[in-house]
Parts: sequence; structure tokens; C-alpha cells
Amino acid sequence: MRLVVDLTRCQGYAQCAFLAPGAFVMQGEGEALLYEPEPDDEQRERVLRAAAACPVQAIVLDRGPVRNGDRPAVPAPRRDGITQDEFLRTGRIVIVGASLAGARAAGALRYEGFRGSLTVIGDESHDPYDRPPLSKQVQEGWVAPGHTGLPRRRAIDADWRLGVAATGLDLAAKQVRLADGTSVDFDRLLIATGVRARPWPVPAEAALDGVFVLRTREDAEGLQRMLAGRPDRVLVIGAGFTGSEVASVCRAIDVPVTVAEAGPAPLVAALGGTIGAIAAEIQRDAGVDLRCGVQVTALEGENGRLRRARLSDGSTLDVEVAVAALGGVRNVEWLEGSGLACGRWGVACDAGCRAFDANGLVTDDVFVAGDVARAPQPLFGYQLLALEHWGNAVSQAEVAAHNMLSDQAHRWPHLDVPIFWSTQFGNEIKSVGVPGVADEVVITQGSVPDRRFVAAYGRRGRLVGAVTVNHATWLDFYRRQIERAAPFPPPWRTVDQPAEAHPVPADFPTHPIPTQDATVVLTGHDPADRRATLLSP
Amino acid sequence: MAVTAPPSVFAQILDYANRADPYPLYAELRRTPVVRQSDGSYVVSGYAEIVELLHDPRISSEQHGDAAGGLGTGAGLPPAFLQLDPPEHDRLRRIVTRHYGPPHTPDRVDAMIPDLRRTVSGLVDGLAGSPEVDLVDQVAYPFPVTAICDLLGVPRQDEPRFHPWSEALIAALDPGTGDPAERQRRRVSAMKEMGQYFAGLIGTRRHAPGPDLLSALATDQGPDGHLSDPQLLTTAFLLLNAGHETTVNLIANGMLTLLRHPDVLERLRRESELAIHLVEELLRYEPPVQFLPNRTALDDIEIADTTIPSGSRVTLVLAAGSRDPAHVRDPDRFDPDRFDPDRFGLARDTDQHLGFGGGVHYCFGAPLARLETQIALTELTRRLVNPRLVVDPPPYRTNPVLRGPRHLPVAIDGVLPADG
Ligand SMILES: Cc1cc2nc3c(=O)[nH]c(=O)nc-3n(C[C@H](O)[C@H](O)[C@H](O)COP(=O)(O)OP(=O)(O)OC[C@H]3O[C@@H](n4cnc5c(N)ncnc54)[C@H](O)[C@@H]3O)c2cc1C
Ligand code: HEM
Ligand code: SF4
Repeated sequence: MRLVVDLTRCQGYAQCAFLAPGAFVMQGEGEALLYEPEPDDEQRERVLRAAAACPVQAIVLDRGPVRNGDRPAVPAPRRDGITQDEFLRTGRIVIVGASLAGARAAGALRYEGFRGSLTVIGDESHDPYDRPPLSKQVQEGWVAPGHTGLPRRRAIDADWRLGVAATGLDLAAKQVRLADGTSVDFDRLLIATGVRARPWPVPAEAALDGVFVLRTREDAEGLQRMLAGRPDRVLVIGAGFTGSEVASVCRAIDVPVTVAEAGPAPLVAALGGTIGAIAAEIQRDAGVDLRCGVQVTALEGENGRLRRARLSDGSTLDVEVAVAALGGVRNVEWLEGSGLACGRWGVACDAGCRAFDANGLVTDDVFVAGDVARAPQPLFGYQLLALEHWGNAVSQAEVAAHNMLSDQAHRWPHLDVPIFWSTQFGNEIKSVGVPGVADEVVITQGSVPDRRFVAAYGRRGRLVGAVTVNHATWLDFYRRQIERAAPFPPPWRTVDQPAEAHPVPADFPTHPIPTQDATVVLTGHDPADRRATLLSP
Repeated sequence: MAVTAPPSVFAQILDYANRADPYPLYAELRRTPVVRQSDGSYVVSGYAEIVELLHDPRISSEQHGDAAGGLGTGAGLPPAFLQLDPPEHDRLRRIVTRHYGPPHTPDRVDAMIPDLRRTVSGLVDGLAGSPEVDLVDQVAYPFPVTAICDLLGVPRQDEPRFHPWSEALIAALDPGTGDPAERQRRRVSAMKEMGQYFAGLIGTRRHAPGPDLLSALATDQGPDGHLSDPQLLTTAFLLLNAGHETTVNLIANGMLTLLRHPDVLERLRRESELAIHLVEELLRYEPPVQFLPNRTALDDIEIADTTIPSGSRVTLVLAAGSRDPAHVRDPDRFDPDRFDPDRFGLARDTDQHLGFGGGVHYCFGAPLARLETQIALTELTRRLVNPRLVVDPPPYRTNPVLRGPRHLPVAIDGVLPADG
């Protein structure tokens, strides 16, 4: 049995942890949910109970191959405007990238009634697996690195070409070239090649034993093995989400850890300096040796093994393990020369996930989804943003799959407000909207000292984002207010308002994303009637 | 001469004459998903609107003004967390959860399973020998009562004493019937008697704590502090009452629905896993808590082209929302597989239900209620031989909020022995 929890939907109701306490665990005093992605058969009944009980249906599972076979596939409800039957029966679809976005899209294509030929090409040799557990329950040693396989609700009928990379795209011939010298023809193509970890910039140092990045199952395996040996100290380079989560694991298993962060606070790019300062406090309270404004200048080894690190504050640190958590590099090299609009910043596409060509013209048959996609955010001045969030990969995959099968009039726009979560130090941190464009922030609900609160982010009088710490039930309210272009600071009278609610500078280092003011409001619940409506200037 | 306006749709829903099948009225109500009543309150019946308001921090569950019906009020007791807003709500609920569920006591409910099975099995044994049984009085009522008593640590032999108290408390929630002043008087006097009873029990448990929840709460010292004695009393009332008056309806509605759909009943005999998600569909299709009458707007709220003015009382009609065709496909069909996790389609295609509410007040007892109902329905369908409804519809309780059959007479040809 395999399962995954969509933690962007999860609101921390803990029904799963009541009903299957061996497979779902709430950590800390907060709402941090961790789970076993491949629970054994003994847990089966309990896990089914948990999945059925989740109030927001955040738990997706398959019952394993045997039982899957017993159950007739349930077709999707009929939708208007699904393409002429011809393409549904005989079309050829190729997906490149066999991870979250690719696998979800494959499932969605079949669910929506596509019966033609489907080929999924992935350079990793594993069945699609989930990455978020790799920096959390896997490093804690609770879940084996090889046990984060993504559930497939029904065995997805496709030609899975795993372990072979796509090396080129010929748009005119409608062909994908593969590393093994073969090629595959397509009528429609989905690009879902995601990102890879940015390596430590000095190759000789990066090659030392004990220096890790964290993106793949193999990375996770190697790091977990080291952590299981309880090293004297771990160095985490970069206090973004992945780095902070690794630091959190180290403290949970009582391994000393130093975090070196060049910026003024952890998570500063995502949350700003003001809320980042709270994240810093959380780390220090947990016993992390957090050093902000500090860079690692060199990693030194002996006999090929990492021994120490030199820091820009002049100190040296004896360490056996260093984790470079420096963000990602988009996997676009294989598209070089294809004529698509792609570069280090990703593959540009429209709100319907259709790729742009280099002229900025939208293509009809090439779609993009997931971490590699750079798509317009109508809410934020139609900026093209690439979002490396789990929920974004899932929702874009579903929109792309739907649009691959739909006629012009029935395409869905991908208008989801960005959402992501991070589980660290026993806390569930969630973000909605684009806090990164904000100039001010204010605590609107809860209490910072208790580490249960909501922070609302505003830009020029408009609400643009919100971050919750152990307060996920309220996230949807803020999402809706962001969609409605609500004013900032929030004027409402609510429950649990702090006595003083003064906006302060959000303190983002530099605006990573230049933006303008409110352009649209979003309406509609069903994807078929989601719409962006322009605000009059 | 004044012409009396025809009763509003919502007033018709409150009318006992419509208790057996209020669903056509809910459909009518949904035509205006947010509608103002003549008393200035608002009734919300659309799925999306209800979910929105359940998660809206401008909505309060506390009593504002002199609206009647609080569990604690009148007997000099503080309100229980059901009727408190954050942060106090969250704090009290966390304190109780410390001894009841994750993260600190994750196994408590799971560990109740063997006892739950034994209790039901014994109750079903008791049905043997008569050609006609009442599934409410003989199973659906005593089962959850036993379970909540065990959880709390209330001696079972005391149960007959608080049955009438519990009835008096929920009668006060019933806006439709009887004389309000009389209902309140009976409620207050029930609370006083219950208070005395529990005060004694808590004293005993404090000196000689057992493994039960009451003992844990009476001796607790967690990071959030502990419940004061009056808070402990209202919390005990709340749990006892919720344990008495809700699951009974889910089990009774469940058997009624199964007897009306014999094919599903037959499937449940053979497929043990069906009970798990079938219960979710029951919570959608025949929810034991039909609406939440206790909300107040703290600010003006714009919703569904209406503005609910600050200070208005708001009623969330969960039962109408769970059958909203804008959200649920084919909502008036009882589809036992609707919540089969295998069928969850695209992340966006979901049929959630509102049976346990949502947001911070999401039902505290939900895991227990689910287990109880799964176990009871499985055991009843497996062991009753050829069960048939004697009357359809059965007689209903008067209460429109906690709606369910008062009796469920069923003819049977015998009772099979328990497995193993
Ligand atoms: C350790 C870790 C923790 C995370 N935690 C969170 C979290 O808490 N919350 C959150 O919101 N998100 C989190 N994420 C992000 C989330 O996992 C990603 O957003 C998600 O994996 C994106 O999926 P994707 O399919 O778009 O890309 P990827 O998962 O990157 O998949 C792309 C796939 O394409 C393959 N590929 C690349 N190039 C080629 C080629 N030329 N030919 C064939 N195949 C190719 C890659 O090998 C890979 O298998 C985390 C990520 C990591 C690594
Ligand atoms: C099928 C049975 C049940 C149903 C349908 C049900 C339904 C509900 C609903 C809809 C609410 C939300 C109330 C609101 O938002 O104002 C609620 C809250 C609550 N329920 Fe249940 N319930 C059931 C069983 C139980 C049981 C068995 C218990 C006790 C163990 C219980 C204890 C509570 C408590 C304490 C609350 C208040 C939670 C809070 O305010 O935070 N319930 N229930
Ligand atoms: S909302 Fe989250 S915590 Fe609650 S049952 Fe679903 S997955 Fe579990």
C-alpha cells in the first residue's frame, strides 16, 4: 500500500493520526504531520479508515497492485469540451519527467478518458517517488529512503521508459530524442523535468565524502546513512526550507548542527526578515548553532573525506557532514535549440500550461508543468513565476492534462494561488499567495510566543500573502481574501486578534520579484469556472 | 387585520411535520444560499458558503447578547469550548486533547476498538429471541453511551441517572417545540444535578485516579495549564452529551438507510472494508447534526452577493450543504462508494461532507464516532437474519438539529452467533 498526504490541503485535523497512529504521527506541540508513505499490510484497515476520514481528502492512496486489479476503474464525470473522440482513442502523448508532475499528469490523462498511447520518459530509474519526506521522516530514520513511492490510484496504463533521459526536442518533427539513441513521436508533449539540486560550487570540494545535496532518493540515502551514524556535528549551508528541515531533523535525533546562512535570517527569501527572525528564534530554541550573515568559504578534506569547513566569520568547524542546500537548477538543457522559450529561469508558458516558443508565441501541442514551468500569475501583474512547490506541481499537472484533451473553449486556466508548506522543529509552516512581493507584514491572529499565529503580508494597501505557523485551518480564509484583492492592513474584526496589530516592514532583502499592483480578482470554485477579472485601474 | 406571512422555508424545516424528510426543503433553501430571516438572522445552505464561514475568523461561536441555549449558562458555569472562540477555545481543546489524542496520547481511541467490538457484540446477542427489535433503544443508544462512559470513567450503573439530564440539555437546543422558558428551566435544573454528580465523581478521581479521561483531566498539569473545576464540569457535560445524542443518530440513520437499500446491506455483509467509507456517505446523506445554530458575525461579511451585517446571528445548515449539487455530483443519491479513497479523482474533484463541521470546532469525537458506527453497522448487518423495517418512516425525535429516529422497529428472523 502506498500513500501520500497532500499537505497543501491538510488542515491539521489529525483524524488520520487518531485512526492509524502507526502510520500518521503529529509531532511537537503543533500541527506537524509526518507519515509512513508505504505502510505494511498490518496497517491496511487503519490506513483506509484514516484516508476515508480525512475531512479535506488530503490522503491519496492505492491499495496495492492486487486489490487494485479487483476494482473497476471509475471513469471521471463527463465534462464538456473534451476533445473529439478521435484523439482520445488514437492520440499519442509523451510526458518527459517521471516524478510528481509527470506521474500526476499521466494519471489525470487516463482519468479524464484518454485511451491513446501514453509514454512517460524519466531519467531516474525508480518508479515515481515523493520528495518532501526525503528531508523529513526519511532523515529521522523512520521511513526508508526507498519507501516514498507515489501512489498510483490505478496502475496507469503507459509505456514507462525509466532510466533514460530525453536529450533533445524536435518541434517540427514532433519527436523527443532519447539518450539511448531512440526517439519517440508525439502529438502532444508535456515537459515536467523539474529541477535538480544546485551543487556546492567548487567541484573538488563537492566531491568530498560527506558533502551532500538533497534532491533525489540516492542523495537522501547517503545523507541518512551518515546521520544514522550520529556524527559529531553537521553543517547545513543555506537556511532555506530544505536546509532548515535538515537542521530540524538533526536536532530531533540529537545531532549537533551548525547552520550557515548568508542572509540575515532563515527562510528570509520566502518569509522576509521580520518573520524570518521568528524562524531564527525557533532554530536557536531547538539548539541549532545558527549563524546568519555568514558564508562557508571552503570545505576541506583528508583522504577524500570532509574534515572541516571555513566560515566567513573567521571560524573553522570540524565536521564530517555538510549539506549544501542552495536551491535548484532547472532541468532545461535538453531543450536547447528546440525553439521553446526556456532558460535558467525555466520554460515559459501561459496560464493554461501551454509552452511559449522563443518568440513568445504560444504553442498548441507542448505543455509544461511543475518546478520547471514558469507561468503567469494574473494576481500579481501577470508576472511569470516559477514555483518550486509540491501543490503547484500537482495542480499544474492536472490543468495541463485537462487542457491537452480539451478544445480551446473549454481549457482551464491555472489560477491557483501559490501555496506551500514546510514541516520543521515540530511546526507546520504554510504560506499562501506571494509574500515575497510584500512591503509590510502584520500578525493578524494568534500569538508569536506560542508559535501559533497568522502573519498577513501586504503591498501598497493590498493583501498579497499570508503565512501560518500551526494555524493551517485559517489559511483558506486568507487565500480567498487574496483572491478578492482585500485591503491591507486587514480591516476586519476577528477572533483571536492580538492586542496590537501594527504593520511593520516585511523586510525582504531585495524584492526578488518585481511586481506591480493588483491587477485582477479571482472568482469561481470549480476549475471550469475559475476566472480572473481585471480590476479597473 | 394583519395578514400572517407564510412560514419561511427554514421555519418549515423546524416544523416537526417535516422531520422525516427535510431534504426537499433544504433544496428549496439552497436557492438562496445565504438568506435573511425575519428575526434578522441569516441562514446559510450552500456548500461553498458554509465551508467559507466555518473557516472565517470573523465568525464567532460565543454567545453574544442574550441568545439562549448555552451549555454552561444559567447554572453559574463557564461555557465549554464548543461555545468559545480562539484563543481560549484552542487552549481548552488542547488541554483535553492531551489525554485523548495525538500528539500526546495517539493510541487512546485506537485502543478502545476491542472494547467497542465486545460491547456491540453483547448488545446484538441481546436481540436474539424476539421477532421484533428496536435498534435505537437496544443498540444505537446504549452503545455510544457505554463508550463515552468508559472513556470518561463514569460508572456504567450511573447511566440511567443522566439520560434525562442529557435529554433536557438537548431539548434546550431545539428551537421548534415547547415553551422556551420551561425548556430553559429544565435545562438549568438538569445542569445543577449533573454538576453535583460530576463534582462528586471528580473528587473521587482526584484522590484515586484511574486510566480514564476524567482522572487525567482532574490531575493534569500540562504546558497550557489545567481546567478549573467549573471548566472541568462543563467539559464533562459537553463530552457526555455529545457522546449521547449524536452517534445514536448516525447508527440509527445508518441502519434505516441500509434497510432502504438492501443491495448495499447485502454488500456490507460480504465486504468488511465497505463500512469504512460507507460511514462517510451516511454523514453526508443523513447527517446527525443538521445545522449549527450558534454562530455570530463579528464584522460585516460579504458572501454570495449578500452582506451579513456585524452582530447578526448565523445558522449553518450542514445537511443542506452536504447535498449541494454545485459541489456534490448526484447529491440525493445514496452512493456507498462515494468516499472510497480509490475513487478520489483529481485533487480538485472532491465530495467532501460537512457531517462533523469544519474549522477549529471540527468534531472532537469524530474518530470515536466513526469507529463506533463502522463497528455497529458491520456487526448488525452480519448477524441480523433477514431484517425488515416495520414502519417507514420510523418515528423521529422532535429535535431538528440532532435529527434521527426515536425508535427503529425492525423485524428479524433470528440473530447469528458472533464470530469466533
Ligand atoms: C528534499 C525536498 C523536500 C521538499 N519539501 C517540500 C515541502 O515541504 N513542501 C513543498 O511544497 N514542496 C517541497 N519540495 C518540492 C517538491 O518536491 C517539488 O515541487 C516537486 O517534486 C516538483 O515536482 P516535478 O515533477 O515538477 O519536478 P521533479 O520532482 O524535480 O521531477 C522532475 C523529474 O524529471 C527528471 N528529468 C529531468 N530531466 C530529464 C530529462 N532530460 N529526461 C528525463 N527525465 C528528466 C528528473 O530526474 C526528475 O525525476 C521538496 C523537494 C525536495 C527535494
Ligand atoms: C456521529 C456522531 C457525531 C456527529 C455527527 C458530530 C458532529 C459534530 C459537529 C457538526 C460539531 C461542530 C460543532 C460546531 O462547529 O459548533 C461537533 C463538535 C463537537 N463534537 Fe461531535 N459529533 C459526533 C460525535 C461526537 C462524540 C462521540 C463526541 C465525544 C466524544 C463529540 C464531541 C464533540 C465536541 C466536544 C465538539 C466541540 C468541538 C469544538 O468546539 O472544538 N462528538 N460535533
Ligand atoms: S487534514 Fe491532515 S491531519 Fe487531518 S486527517 Fe487530513 S491529512 Fe490528517
